[in-house]
Amino acid sequence: MNHRSVTHATYTIERSYPARPERVFRAFSDPARKRRWYAEGERKVIGEFTMDFRVGGRDRLVFATPQGFECISESIYQDIRPDSRIVFAYTMAVNGQCISSSQGTFEFLPAPDGTTLLFTEQAAFFEGSDGPEMRKAGWTELLSELDNALD
Amino acid sequence: MPRPSVSIDRVFHALGDPTRRAIVERLSRGEVSVSKLHAPLNITLAAVVQHLQVLERSGLIHTTKVGRVRTCRIEPKGLTVVERWINDRRALWEKRLDRLGDLLLEDDDQV
Repeated sequence: MNHRSVTHATYTIERSYPARPERVFRAFSDPARKRRWYAEGERKVIGEFTMDFRVGGRDRLVFATPQGFECISESIYQDIRPDSRIVFAYTMAVNGQCISSSQGTFEFLPAPDGTTLLFTEQAAFFEGSDGPEMRKAGWTELLSELDNALD
Repeated sequence: MPRPSVSIDRVFHALGDPTRRAIVERLSRGEVSVSKLHAPLNITLAAVVQHLQVLERSGLIHTTKVGRVRTCRIEPKGLTVVERWINDRRALWEKRLDRLGDLLLEDDDQV
């Protein structure tokens, strides 16, 4: 594993929620609410979740997957515009190896029936981020989520 | 740990051109010689060869020459690498945003 590589990729996810932008934004600014959707349900053991919601503040999420991989996600807020935009930079490490460094942007757009939320990730993926262990962890996760949804 | 055999930038660049997408679509139905590929495309043979070079460098297709005939076929690894990088990360955020939707529904009267 001496080979070094970096691959850049960008994607956007769009969602509509039947709630005003202020309410959607609050699910990002309030630690108890953010924990519910961001940290929990990662079908794993949450080791740590801390957040400091201000420009320059940091979020840190540590969890273990069912396969025993330790994942650490660390974010730093770059720009916060109440009820309209959040920009953050984050890294993801698995078993001590940094696999990606990204910028994430959330845009909260008012819509007639609530909010359109746009999430864009501009990522640099490093060697090891697409290894078989990561793939297996990802698939196992998806399948267990599917099981839960069918229960 | 296997290294990615395909550069994602090259794949996106290769697929950014409509003629090259048409070539990939044609090859996805089965291998074909350069001359047969050329016939319906309405461009010069030299242009076809250039497009094939871009596609081959991106890892999306593979060509082999036997005698005077060059045959082109899809290299399936090309597309899966693109899908992997983005889909794995995207799946993580999709699930998070699903949970956000659930939270917003049940949280309705609290804000």
